[in-house]
Amino acid sequence: MDLFDKFKPLAAAYADLTHGGRDPFGVAFDRILSPTVGMIGDREVILAGTNNYLGLTFEPEVIAAAQEGAARYGTGTTGSRIANGTYGPHRALEAEMAAHFGMAGAIVFTTGYQANLAAVAGLAGPGDQVFIDADCHASIYDACKLSGAEIIRFAHNDPKSLDRRLGRTDPNASNKLVIVEGLYSMFGDIAPIAEFVAVKNKHNAYLMVDEAHSFGTFGARGLGVSEADGVLDKVDFIVGTFSKSLAGIGGFAVSNHPQFNLLRLAARAYMFTASSSAASVEATRAALKLIQARPALKDKVWANARRLHKGLTDAGFALFAPASPVVAADMGDPAKAAVFWNALLSAGVYVNLAMPPGTPNSKSLLRCSVSAAHTPEQIDRVVASFIAVDRAIKANTLAAVG
Amino acid sequence: MTSADSAAIDPELLGELGDMLTGLNKNSVPITAETDFNADLNVDSVAVMDFVLAVEDRYDISIPINLLTEVRTVGEFAAVVASARSA
Repeated sequence: MDLFDKFKPLAAAYADLTHGGRDPFGVAFDRILSPTVGMIGDREVILAGTNNYLGLTFEPEVIAAAQEGAARYGTGTTGSRIANGTYGPHRALEAEMAAHFGMAGAIVFTTGYQANLAAVAGLAGPGDQVFIDADCHASIYDACKLSGAEIIRFAHNDPKSLDRRLGRTDPNASNKLVIVEGLYSMFGDIAPIAEFVAVKNKHNAYLMVDEAHSFGTFGARGLGVSEADGVLDKVDFIVGTFSKSLAGIGGFAVSNHPQFNLLRLAARAYMFTASSSAASVEATRAALKLIQARPALKDKVWANARRLHKGLTDAGFALFAPASPVVAADMGDPAKAAVFWNALLSAGVYVNLAMPPGTPNSKSLLRCSVSAAHTPEQIDRVVASFIAVDRAIKANTLAAVG
Repeated sequence: MTSADSAAIDPELLGELGDMLTGLNKNSVPITAETDFNADLNVDSVAVMDFVLAVEDRYDISIPINLLTEVRTVGEFAAVVASARSA
């Protein structure tokens, strides 16, 4: 008997996956040259699976801010937000995020995962009910478990499914929190937030929207799908991350709820972990300023998204959703997905490989995320590589690719 | 859950759940109270969750996922459904 016995099926699946190829979950980049180019060994690879939507990770202002943050405050904070780990930059970033959203309160967390853990498990507890979209991110599922609340799932992106479930509950028996995402990270499909707002209002529930993948890329001010749908002021809580469009590491939650700051005393993922480094916080603040100063970044990422989506669609790939900064192609089965992923990397293109059980509807897919920093030529090379690999697999001449 | 508990499950409910599982029952194993979702039907957690959504809407009940963490067999699931219907 061994503690690891339970992982035997996982180990077998992993062995199958990595047999005769690279480990898709263990890629290490030896150098990152720009937001869109990395190096593995001595080979350059186009980065088309990094969630670097606005491509700000190498902006001189952002790097200088990180350097100055480290120089002025040290490399680590060595403590939690409620002890010694709150510095001026944490407070400043919170004020800037609240102002950016036009909300009364903002709290920043050390990672996006912890933002969900803190917000969900902080807000909901035993005796409360949480209604989650079936395709919600693992961090939301984990947060639900931690909360001790009653968790009820509804069908993905289906306000009627939510409406039925809320309708079955006693309206006065408990507080109800509904959780959805703006842009879903695997398929790149978008939530009908305005319809969810109507349903939550009908049942007197609260709504939390995770805009991790949509912040920076949706809405006139880039606040996410809630803004794009015109219902930002009707959403009770928004959570998000600094590790995608904001070029840092960390997460945030914003709200107009007058008691919002009580989360600082109740959310364990806020209280019992070290705060973000000043370097990361200052980089995020600099990236936020750039987003505000350069609204054209959003247009650029969308132009690239449409170019990639059209290229892959024209080439006959089955995509899961209309164009968005996440473009995912259905590969049919895990074995083909793994072979395709390996061949793309050999051809100099990095995308994400995703397969069951980590995917909705048990799909096996290759997921691209598009950056404002991609050039049209890079997007065209990604498309051309997909086409070349697909042809080689069909003709059984894969060794010739790359 | 023991076999004595399974015997208490309404056979009509078990039959209806068996019918609803047809799409997931790729090897056409006979569905009984002892049928194990994972070992016998070999369905992944995502497929089970979709099945749960369909059952909820058919019987107009809500089944909190907190109640499903210990469920392994169709009989155990039927007991959860029966409990939710009588609530």
